[in-house]
Amino acid sequence: MMQTASHEDSVIEGSAGKGFQLRFPAGIAGVAIQALLILLLAVAIFGPLLNLLLWAVAEVWYFPHKLPVTYGTKYWEQVFSPTSDAFSSLMTSVIIALTTVFVCLLVSVPAGYALARRSMPVRALVMLLFLMPQAFPNLAVYMNIARLFYELGLNGTIAGVVLVHAVHGLVFSVWITVAAFSGVDEDLEKAARNLGASPLRTFFTITLPQALPGILAASIFVFLESLDEFTGTFFVGAPDVITLPMLLYNASMEGNYQIASITALILLVPSILFMLVVEKFMRPEMLARIGK
Amino acid sequence: MNQSRTLTLLMVVPALLMVVGLFVVPLLASMESAFATGEGYGFAHFAKAIELYGRDILYTLGIVSLSAVLIALLSIAIGGTLTLSGNRRLVAVLAAVYRWPLFIPFIVAAQCMRTFLAKNGLMNNALMSADVITPLEAVSFLDWSGIVFAFVWKQTAFATLMIAGAMAAMERSQIQAAANLGAGKARILFQIILPQVSGTVGVALILSIVTMLSVLSVPLMIGTGTPTMLTADMAFRISSYGDYGVANALGFISWLMTAGLAWYYLRFSMRNQQQSLKGGAA
Repeated sequence: MMQTASHEDSVIEGSAGKGFQLRFPAGIAGVAIQALLILLLAVAIFGPLLNLLLWAVAEVWYFPHKLPVTYGTKYWEQVFSPTSDAFSSLMTSVIIALTTVFVCLLVSVPAGYALARRSMPVRALVMLLFLMPQAFPNLAVYMNIARLFYELGLNGTIAGVVLVHAVHGLVFSVWITVAAFSGVDEDLEKAARNLGASPLRTFFTITLPQALPGILAASIFVFLESLDEFTGTFFVGAPDVITLPMLLYNASMEGNYQIASITALILLVPSILFMLVVEKFMRPEMLARIGK
Repeated sequence: MNQSRTLTLLMVVPALLMVVGLFVVPLLASMESAFATGEGYGFAHFAKAIELYGRDILYTLGIVSLSAVLIALLSIAIGGTLTLSGNRRLVAVLAAVYRWPLFIPFIVAAQCMRTFLAKNGLMNNALMSADVITPLEAVSFLDWSGIVFAFVWKQTAFATLMIAGAMAAMERSQIQAAANLGAGKARILFQIILPQVSGTVGVALILSIVTMLSVLSVPLMIGTGTPTMLTADMAFRISSYGDYGVANALGFISWLMTAGLAWYYLRFSMRNQQQSLKGGAA
């Protein structure tokens, strides 16, 4: 198997890149330097994550011990006991994230369809407006939303946190649904209409199923964005609404690194799952096609 | 036709209302509050902000600039290696390694660094075990250097993904032609590839800078003590004094830092969007 692969490699290189072969001999020194630099990068990237993992399974760890003194799952049991703060934070976070996805889709699906299909004045300007929350440092915006929400009685409520998360998620959901609806074959819609389907029926049986992968992708983005959000929750939710990132922050500031690290790991699970799932879409070659 | 116009508008209005109500209005309120003094409008909050936090403004500029330079250097180096390295296995390993921080939330990254970079953290422990430093030489990096490390750690993956994507989209034949004419790898990277992906590098850096100026968890959790970043100052001003005037003035200053950059970014994305529209029509 390996032999076949390397044989194919050399055939490809031989036919496509003669110049490369001549000018860039893969010298042992060059490969060694590259390998060393990649190793350094890997240490820098995985070192901090390893430290997090160690804290998650450490029961006792104090200076000057270089590694935890005792390992165990005591803190895991604490986190996952149904009466713990962590468990209720997890529930709060999931409820907020799911509601945020729902709110975002509720307003983005019609908006995305309209922006993709119907001629609209100042379309580019409207699209840019949805991009704005990403183009500004948004901390000051959160402060003033909190001030506004305080007057409306929305501060410290789940609804308030959902709204703050949703406006940031809107950037993803609107832009991705516009792209998804733009990709739907309009001739199929016309055919359905000609055969007597109502506009609504056409939308739900022809248009929506074709746009579904894009809408799902948008949902995943919005879900993760909400799950990981800290700053907005810090201003609008605290101290009443404690999401996982807020719990992590509080535990870390109190010096409870075990709880903080376990919470961090819980937050990592959906992110890493998502990374593995979208692995094939995240290749640079694929990304380069977006916007072409 | 008229009916269809109304329908279109109705479909877009809820989303628009959300952005206007929850982004544009608070943004304008923030600007108004930054300039509003007891009697009319003026620069009183700005004077106080500069007097109290002048050093932090410079400190923030320094941290963000240094991080941006390091992110640019690293992501161009990684992108260049991915594009030009002759060794497929190394490229595969590098591609698998560099993107890990991409989906890791800032708050998790901050917690990782809080333990990793501490005086008795894993980094110092490993260096001591390898006899690179003695226990007495171990210092905590939980200051500006830790903030820079966290920002670069997190944002390099993002910048590299964009930049390597642009490099992969280039015509391969140009690189081969340059190589055939005797150009070395470094020369190809700097004279052939970089000029063509400079727009993408710019956008990747602008997005990273906006992100760094927005993140609250990293300075709160890593940058202990003074001086600190503007984001931490704003949060402190609100939670300890309820002083919206000075906090919003600081917010305005951080907007000024990105205003020029954002303008470039919007122009670039508009151009991109027009291109994609043309592409879609064709």
